[in-house]
Amino acid sequence: MTETMESKSRRMASLRKKRYRAERRFRRLGFAAVSVGLIFLTVLFGVVLISGFGAFKQTFIQLDIAVLQGSDNYQGMVKQALRDIFPEVKSRRHKRQLYALVSSGATYQLNARIEAEPDLSGKKISAWFPASDDVDMVIKGRIARDGPAELRRVTDQQLRWIERLENEGRIRTQFNWAFFTSGDSREPELAGIAVATLGTLLSLLVCLVLSFPLGVLTAVYLEEFAPRGRWTEFIEVNINNLAAVPSIVFGLLGLAVFLNVFNLPRSAPLVGGMVLALMTLPTIIIAGRVALNGVPPSVREAALAIGASPLQAVFHHVLPLAMPGVLTGTIIGTARALGESAPLLMIGMVAFVVDLPSTILSPATALPVQVFLWADSPERAFEERTAAAILVLLLLTILMNLAAVLLRKKYEIRW
Amino acid sequence: MSLCNEPPQLGGVDLGRRPMRSTPLRRVIAGRLVMGVLIACSTVAVLTTIGIVLSLVFESIQFFQIVPVSDFLFGMHWSPQTAIRTDQVGSSGAFGVIPLLAGTLLISAIALTVSGPVGLYAAIYLVEYARPSFRAVIKPLLEVLAGIPTVVYGFFAALFVAPLLRHGGETIGLDVSSESALAAGLVMGVMTIPFVSSITDDAITAVPSTLKEGALAMGATRSEMIRQVVLPAALPGIAGGMLLAVSRVIGETMIVVMAAGLTANLTLNPLEAVTTVTVQIVTMLTGDQQFDSAKTLSAFALGLLLFMVTLVLNVIAQRIVKKYREQYD
Repeated sequence: MTETMESKSRRMASLRKKRYRAERRFRRLGFAAVSVGLIFLTVLFGVVLISGFGAFKQTFIQLDIAVLQGSDNYQGMVKQALRDIFPEVKSRRHKRQLYALVSSGATYQLNARIEAEPDLSGKKISAWFPASDDVDMVIKGRIARDGPAELRRVTDQQLRWIERLENEGRIRTQFNWAFFTSGDSREPELAGIAVATLGTLLSLLVCLVLSFPLGVLTAVYLEEFAPRGRWTEFIEVNINNLAAVPSIVFGLLGLAVFLNVFNLPRSAPLVGGMVLALMTLPTIIIAGRVALNGVPPSVREAALAIGASPLQAVFHHVLPLAMPGVLTGTIIGTARALGESAPLLMIGMVAFVVDLPSTILSPATALPVQVFLWADSPERAFEERTAAAILVLLLLTILMNLAAVLLRKKYEIRW
Repeated sequence: MSLCNEPPQLGGVDLGRRPMRSTPLRRVIAGRLVMGVLIACSTVAVLTTIGIVLSLVFESIQFFQIVPVSDFLFGMHWSPQTAIRTDQVGSSGAFGVIPLLAGTLLISAIALTVSGPVGLYAAIYLVEYARPSFRAVIKPLLEVLAGIPTVVYGFFAALFVAPLLRHGGETIGLDVSSESALAAGLVMGVMTIPFVSSITDDAITAVPSTLKEGALAMGATRSEMIRQVVLPAALPGIAGGMLLAVSRVIGETMIVVMAAGLTANLTLNPLEAVTTVTVQIVTMLTGDQQFDSAKTLSAFALGLLLFMVTLVLNVIAQRIVKKYREQYD
């Protein structure tokens, strides 16, 4: 078999072409994989932003209320004000539909205002009250006005009223402060994230107070003092495994030990913080050990050489130098704890809480749990609020991670 | 390095034969005290593990007194509807864990079909092909996926992906459940992309450059070098990473609670609704329950099962990763 030079080189050339094609294909696959991740990230943020942004605004309706002297029938006053605007509404069914335009929260707001300013009694006041969630959705365009009637929760009659209110300038949207200042509510237009945010902050505070010292001291012991041996190795394996235990199992631990054995209150930020602390502990220990390990032995030796005790060498010299790394790890661990909800479900932080928690023992929810609760609600308006709560949650997470990155950039020491 | 508890010596030089000043007693006591605190702190991690094991085992034993272990492990039906009154018919309920395991495995398999290849290829591209400036921007962006709270993924899966799949299925004539395993699995897969890719990244960067350069010097193209030299050398590390990803996916709770079904369904069809171990733990324990009922206790038995499975996976994965690291060190 003799192959001519020419045919051989032709064969090689075609083989080379094939190999280069394979090379390009492989490269493109890699790029496609990266793109898949990025596209998903964009879509995720896009969906949350688009569906949540509206919740930062809220629709209000202006009513002229005649405050009756000595009466506390605030609901009646609100209803009367509505009837004054639409005097032609007579039938009971229509009246009920008319009253449904204004949020049930209007009554409480009127009550609070008149109690604060008793001299309003007997006068006529003009004030803005939150519209009901359906009106809010219509105004924001989330319920199509020309869509089929059975798909929108608003009747044709109500739509005509809304239009008239708009023409009279009695409808406006403004920044939704209530979303940040009120607790949970069955009415979407009154529900807010204040309780959840405060609950999260309290839990994270408890978590930090417990896990930071415990984590740092454990890291110091394991890295600087622990004798190499079976016990130390056991602790190390333990910590590595603990870092990979599903979060819900920590919740079961919290339920069985903190609630059922120690009889701590359900739904309390204290218990939530304790469970989160146990989860964060491995992260802090591992980050702490890496940071301590990064401090060169010369620092220790210099301290020891001028007469410091081993403890002094570590606590006065090595640990302060390792602190940026330790703090970075702590912030990252806390950011993870911030988004954690499964263990909190187990210890009952899924309650319907309206009032702000006053201590770490009073019932509260947490931001991610609030997201979970609202995501389950059927109302359209809650979908918007869920996404808005997610935006707040994401913002907090991003801020914390950013802080960790900046801290590392600013204080990281290259030895 | 580890330091010993001996008094410091002035450079070890014996100055004029005078006895060296010994450490003040105060310092010795304080040192012992601090040491005690340090040791106590380091036991908290161990105590946590013991606490987890004890609480799960203790409650599970109570559960297994009501429901035999074999019924739990090999039962084909999961319908924990216990009756409100004791005299009601069918008050016992069925606690067979097989359908839950099947559901968990189905969703995990879907998730890994997404995150496995995507994470692997993304890591290869970023390490071997991408320009450093591109990598510096894209890698942290991909890692954002791992930092997003899982409720957010749950919301996204339930309110965006599931309806999308349902409508997509309708247009091509498929009946997709609105709580399909596919939606939960896909989203969970995306969540684990950065996890797989960062482990692959570590594993392929750890392959000595002499191997890579050798392959290139022999005339291999880059992809041939990666496929025939780098990947086989990095395989144990990648396998270990995948196992960790499996254990993570199995224990993931919020996505499935929000996007997967509640009723046990023994099927391998990804378009149907299935339920998982974690979903059932949450359903059994949220809401007011009598604490000693079989229904609530079953959550702890499920928790024990989950804990043991993930523990075994983690231990194997860590062994593999560790053994492999030593190979090149």
